[in-house]
Amino acid sequence: MSEKDLQKTENTAATERIRNVKTFLPRVDIYETKDALFLIADMPGVDEQTVDVELEKNILTISGRVENGRVQDYSLVFSEYEVGDYERSFTLSDEIDKDKIKATVRQGVLRLELPKAEKVKPKKIAINAA
Amino acid sequence: MFGPGIWRMKRFADSVPEIIDLQREINKLFSSVGQGAASDYPAVNVWEKENRLVVTTELPGMDPDNINISVTGAVLTISGTSKSDPIKEGETYLRQERELGNFQRNIQLPYQVDAQAVEAKYERGILKITLPRQKEDLPKKIKINL
Repeated sequence: MSEKDLQKTENTAATERIRNVKTFLPRVDIYETKDALFLIADMPGVDEQTVDVELEKNILTISGRVENGRVQDYSLVFSEYEVGDYERSFTLSDEIDKDKIKATVRQGVLRLELPKAEKVKPKKIAINAA
Repeated sequence: MFGPGIWRMKRFADSVPEIIDLQREINKLFSSVGQGAASDYPAVNVWEKENRLVVTTELPGMDPDNINISVTGAVLTISGTSKSDPIKEGETYLRQERELGNFQRNIQLPYQVDAQAVEAKYERGILKITLPRQKEDLPKKIKINL
C-alpha cells in the first residue's frame, strides 16, 4: 500500500457545496454476479439519513453529507485525516433494471444492488387476416 | 521518525486549525521517506481536553467484534480485520479500492492513561476512543514551604 492509497481522494470535479467543506471520492468495490452488480462504497460518517443515491438517465450518483467530525469541547491536537462530504458518479449500462435498485447503509458503508434487466423479449405481433 | 508523536504537536494545541492542516500536509510529504506507510492505517485524529484524550479513526463497515483496542501505559493499539464480501466462483471484482485485510496501529500518547476507564464507541463507521489520564500521572503541585 502506498501512501497515496491511504489518503482520501478529494473529488475536485464535484459541484462545490454551499457549506465550506471538502468533497471526497468514496472508495468503492464493484463486483458482478449472474443477476446483479454490487457496489460497496466506504463513506465513514454517513447514515441512512445523510446518504443519497440518485439515478438520472443512466448516471448513478452517490453522495453523503458528513457532520463536521469535531469532538465537542475538545481541541484537535494531531490530525491525519480530514472530514468532508462524499460524492461519486458512475455511468450505468442499459442492462440494469433501474426500478429494482436496492440500497442499504451500515456502519458507514453504502451497499447497492443493481439487478440486471431481463432481456427485453421480442414482442410477437399477431396479424389478423383482413 | 515521522510517526505520530503528539507531544510535538502540543505546542500548537491552542492555535488555529490551519496550522494543524499544514502540519498534516508536511507529515504527508515526509511520511513516504524511510518508513512503510502501511503501518499508518487507519489514519487517526487526536483531540484533547484537560486531562482527557479522544482518538477518532475512520473504519467503515467493520464488525465491532473484529476491532481490538488495547492500552499499555502510554501506547494505544488498534488492530483488526476487515473482510470483503465472499464471492462465488465465476464472479469477478470489476473494481477493488477499499482497504481490506489485517491492520494494526500503535499510537504513542502524550501521557499514561487509565486503562480501566478507557471507553470506545463505534458509530457510522467511525471509532471514537476516550482515554482519561492516569491519576498517578497527573502533574503534582508542589507546595513551597516558607
